[in-house]
Amino acid sequence: MSPMTLPQQIITIAICAGGTMLTRFLPFLIFSSDRPTPKFIQYLGKALPCAVFGMLVVYCLKDVSPLSGSHGVPEAIAIAVTAGLHLWKKQMLLSIAGGTIVYMLLIQVVF
Amino acid sequence: MRRKALRAAFPCTLPIFAGFWFLALAYGILMNKNGFPFVYPMLMSMLIFGGSLEFITASMLLSKFSPLAALTVTILVQARHLFYGITMLDRYKGMGWKKLFLIFGMCDETFSINYTARIPDGVDRGWFMLFVTVLDYAYWVSGATIGGLVGAHLQFNTKGLDFVMTAMFVTIFMNQWMQEKKKYTGIIGLGATALCLVIFGPDRFMIPSMALILLLLAIFRNPIALAAEEKEVDHT
Repeated sequence: MSPMTLPQQIITIAICAGGTMLTRFLPFLIFSSDRPTPKFIQYLGKALPCAVFGMLVVYCLKDVSPLSGSHGVPEAIAIAVTAGLHLWKKQMLLSIAGGTIVYMLLIQVVF
Repeated sequence: MRRKALRAAFPCTLPIFAGFWFLALAYGILMNKNGFPFVYPMLMSMLIFGGSLEFITASMLLSKFSPLAALTVTILVQARHLFYGITMLDRYKGMGWKKLFLIFGMCDETFSINYTARIPDGVDRGWFMLFVTVLDYAYWVSGATIGGLVGAHLQFNTKGLDFVMTAMFVTIFMNQWMQEKKKYTGIIGLGATALCLVIFGPDRFMIPSMALILLLLAIFRNPIALAAEEKEVDHT
């Protein structure tokens, strides 16, 4: 159970919620719609997405350790299956389902 | 108009339904096992609506009261939303009252769908994006609440189901990657983040990664902007 009092718990949760909203709303507050968005920010809006999705892929894999456990082998195989299916059929749901099922089989049965 | 947008939005959110339900259930169960009644995971998922931070908040609640540490961790973990906001500045423009909820509910997954989805002709963009946001939000909150209610009574082997999120980001990244003629930004995103992960470790690599991505995008602005213009010319 929590060592905090109820008001302390509420403050902690409020800070986490408020901080999250700050990161979501800040760009929209700074660059409001009535003023033109600075050129560099417009450029970032176009250049960031592909970089961000690369970042998210790595972020999902952050707790995979190549030096211990299953050495990241199930993750590598499942990503290869996902990517292979996606190159072949270009059906997002199929690629995602295929990769996930292979991963679940690998870590439940093989590793 | 609304029904058409919902019909277009729902299939796009199916992978997120699977991933969110699994993660949110796990989160609700964890809270339940830590001795919190279901209102905790329910309210926390409604107010914070950010998966990784909610797990961290759960462990915060089990330690000493430290508001400053809570704020610092929140900003560090959630800073990536700044990138999403910058990317969506134009797309969320002119959305009226919908804009408030679109921004409030802009988690990784909702951003990904709303940025990449090919919205069919004749479907209202605002309603489509709002439905994606609302559906994802409903999946997460319902999962966390149910997890908190049923807690440890749940018995089935879902080990590894969380990979659905990784697989989703892999396919989204590939879609983006194949659209780019020159692969600069994709390489920067993967490379900078992987490098920072190796250097700083899994708990502290996100802020350095974001800083390095911004720095590289600023340094290589000319070739990247040029490649983007070529792409736009090709499309017309």
